[in-house]
Amino acid sequence: MEDRTPRPVRTPEPLPPPDPEEHGRGTPVGRRLVLGMLGLGAAGVAVGGDVQDKLDTVLASVSAKDPTGVTALLPGGGGFRFYSVSNSIPHRGETDYRLTVGGLVDKPASYRLADLRALPQQRLVRDVQCVTGWRVPKTAFSGVLLSTLLDAAGVRDQGTAIHFSCFDGVYTESLTLDQARRNDMLVALTMNDKPVTAAHGGPVRLYAAPMYFYKSAKWLSGITVTKDVEPGYWEHYGYDVDGWVGKSNGRHDDPTS
Amino acid sequence: MTWTGGSASRTAAMMTRLHESMARAHASRAAAGVRRFTRAETWVHRALAWLMGVCVFTAACLYFPPLAEIVGRRRLVVTVHEWSGILLPVPPLLGLASRAFRADAGRLGRFFPHDWRWLRVALRRRRRESTLAGKFNAGQKLYAAFTVGSVLVMAGTGLIMWFPRLSPLFWRTGATFVHDWLALLIAAVIAGHVRFAVMDPESRRGLRTGYVPRWWVGAEHTLWRPDAPKSVPDKSNGPDKPVEPVEPGVPETRRRGREAPKGEQGKAP
Repeated sequence: MEDRTPRPVRTPEPLPPPDPEEHGRGTPVGRRLVLGMLGLGAAGVAVGGDVQDKLDTVLASVSAKDPTGVTALLPGGGGFRFYSVSNSIPHRGETDYRLTVGGLVDKPASYRLADLRALPQQRLVRDVQCVTGWRVPKTAFSGVLLSTLLDAAGVRDQGTAIHFSCFDGVYTESLTLDQARRNDMLVALTMNDKPVTAAHGGPVRLYAAPMYFYKSAKWLSGITVTKDVEPGYWEHYGYDVDGWVGKSNGRHDDPTS
Repeated sequence: MTWTGGSASRTAAMMTRLHESMARAHASRAAAGVRRFTRAETWVHRALAWLMGVCVFTAACLYFPPLAEIVGRRRLVVTVHEWSGILLPVPPLLGLASRAFRADAGRLGRFFPHDWRWLRVALRRRRRESTLAGKFNAGQKLYAAFTVGSVLVMAGTGLIMWFPRLSPLFWRTGATFVHDWLALLIAAVIAGHVRFAVMDPESRRGLRTGYVPRWWVGAEHTLWRPDAPKSVPDKSNGPDKPVEPVEPGVPETRRRGREAPKGEQGKAP
């Protein structure tokens, strides 16, 4: 690799004017810069949590009034981050969407979008908190209370938990029956008063308001009443089954509901 | 058997042509230019550039919602990002086996009086003053150090997030903060690096072939003496061996003065 051919000392061109050729040791600026960056990095890790909290508040208020959407691309500035578990976003609509309710129930049912819209609607405006740290303030979801669908199906006595399945074929979730009957557990049809988009898990997603957002399964297609809790997709990767905001996953965020 | 014979002679002719053209290319390169980088160095740069490219692209796929939605497959993207990132230090570490790489790393790490002047001119007059640049100008020196520093910080904070069970949540939030914001800075700095490379085809050729034209050295790195004995340490007095004084009793400055170009000799006391 080394070029060892002897070099002629004299060059064909005339020598340039006197120069400060890099003799001696110079100043080790490179080493200082690297060490300085390591120090700053360590300091950043130490204070980063607090700084990002403050930034989140500022960026959230800025991005709410930012028509360009540039602030949404900054860390913590934009609201939702897209963590897709499947290979591509699945799409279903008016004609091919079905939500089935089954398992340990007396009257299994299948709902089209129009059927779900015809049921009593509930609207909730809460913060959305992700277990990775980002929080989107004041997000509106509306749809059918989970308890409405469960009451209509008639849960049998053996049923203590719900298993949610999704039409992307990958995402699954779970709740206990008591959790599912809360009045802030929605089968959501709209988000911020618009139909839930496919990227956000539409046309129908779960919205478990008091829990970290991974519990709010996207692309909801099946509600099955089960005997025991069956941990869902993210729980297999180490997240808590009971994902209460601020009281699980080792986090202390403010409650969302 | 004419088929085999024909094929063999064709192959032989092809090899001869190949060898001739390789020799011609090498001769013309050597005649037209000066050696800026050895093959070890060009390969370190190439490997680093590919790893960095993969790392930055996967980062963008994890970070920007529109890209994330197109690409999906988050777990795969995360794995590729983690491995391309953690492998970034490997090419430069392997490069340390090459003496030329070590020598250039030493050049990049040290500032001399003209480097400070180069920086002042760059900051005040928005101009890259090539007459104040050695083999590497001060901007390139700072870029190299920034790259080393940011790869280390990104690897450290990345590892904290990669193995979340090994550290308290407090560290993880801090690491995410540093990783996210430094990533934006790195993206901007790399964009600048690529912009300068796009503007200067000869410097790109230097990293591709190892050779740059002589006029380019004069135009871009005036203070660099590619032919000076210093850049090719001779065997008896290489940097790895204890330096024997050539003439005991002669002060260091005067000995150096004799090797230096005539101009500096004139200034010697």
